[in-house]
Amino acid sequence: MYNFDVETPGTVADAVAALGRDEAQALGGGQTLIPTLKQRLASPSVLVSLTGVAEMKGVCVGDDGQLCIGGATTHATVASEARAHYAGLAELASHIGDPAVRNRGTIGGSLANNDPSACYPAAALGSGATIVTNARSIAADDYFEGMFSTALDEGEIITEVRFPIPQAANYQKFLQPASRFALVGVFVAKYAEGVRVAVTGASNDGVFRWTEAETALASNFSADAVSGLALSGDDMISDLHGTGDYRAHLVGVMTKRAVAAAA
Amino acid sequence: MAQVSMTVNGKAASGDVEGRTLLSTFLRENLELTGTHVGCDTSQCGACVVHVNGEAVKSCTMLAAEAEGADVTTIEAMANADGSLSTIQQAFQDHHGLQCGFCTPGMVMSASALLKDNPTPSEAEIREYLEGNICRCTGYHNIVKAIMAASGQDVSSIAAE
Repeated sequence: MYNFDVETPGTVADAVAALGRDEAQALGGGQTLIPTLKQRLASPSVLVSLTGVAEMKGVCVGDDGQLCIGGATTHATVASEARAHYAGLAELASHIGDPAVRNRGTIGGSLANNDPSACYPAAALGSGATIVTNARSIAADDYFEGMFSTALDEGEIITEVRFPIPQAANYQKFLQPASRFALVGVFVAKYAEGVRVAVTGASNDGVFRWTEAETALASNFSADAVSGLALSGDDMISDLHGTGDYRAHLVGVMTKRAVAAAA
Repeated sequence: MAQVSMTVNGKAASGDVEGRTLLSTFLRENLELTGTHVGCDTSQCGACVVHVNGEAVKSCTMLAAEAEGADVTTIEAMANADGSLSTIQQAFQDHHGLQCGFCTPGMVMSASALLKDNPTPSEAEIREYLEGNICRCTGYHNIVKAIMAASGQDVSSIAAE
């Protein structure tokens, strides 16, 4: 690792100020960024650690009935504290990485990184969540802009994520056994207004909504409803773990499993 | 260089570190607590697991500066006060839960974190909890058995050693 300064602000305002320094980079739980730095794939001059920002931690239900999760909240905390309100989300959080990773990794870090195989982007897009930053609120539909790319501006911090709580939801992850990332993961959530289906791990463009499946499930929320649907493997990730066609097939399988588990 | 201060195994510890200094490096090189092992250095293997404020973390994937003010526990503090092995450590010995021993500090720290939250885990729960701890000798079977035994559960029905 190249050397860098570390700033440990205690408030969002101080964190934003610290990120104004030259070549500064926000550090969430570090479970992706620290290994990236070790490989010298990034070389910031300053790391601004967000884990000490108390106002960015915790889980609560807001006045509007939405589940609010602070950007610096760990996966382990979401797994335990969100369970009573949004079990499908807590279950997803409880299977990210491994226990030690879940004790450090944060929801804000995961969404800011937008790894094409990460779990949280599927939950955020599949729930129609709102990404709240120090500057504005961004709808999940406008937030994800492709592999490792988001609507966040330089120095912008995810302070909170707001999830509308669905009637039923489930996440099914086909595990890449070495990395424990999703080879394919599908998040299905049923709301009064309709069904949302978000897919991670599969597309070259990162997380996406499978709108055909959403339409089919809106009128018939059962695994059978998606039986006749197929996705093309042409734009899917193709690597030594699986071809694009293999991933496309898995999307259908995991969607059916998620619907069956949620229904 | 900046100074960091924390509590390690119940004692105040401080030292000068670079921004990039990992918690594992601070423990091993500044404090000479070499029981914490660095296996892969890529967050995969779990040999470096310690407890930070009571929670299992991979000390090779946390900066020393982030542990400022924290309460850190390493494998060196796991034995009983009289120097005898803790229940978990003794169970690893009794059930042959180690061979080369390189992964063992991380295994014991993970096992201890698991049993704190879940005093009588099932075999499946133990295996899932150890997903982030890699052992290349034992095949895990006797590690799982040791943790079940340490939790006071009957392991006679668990097959071959």
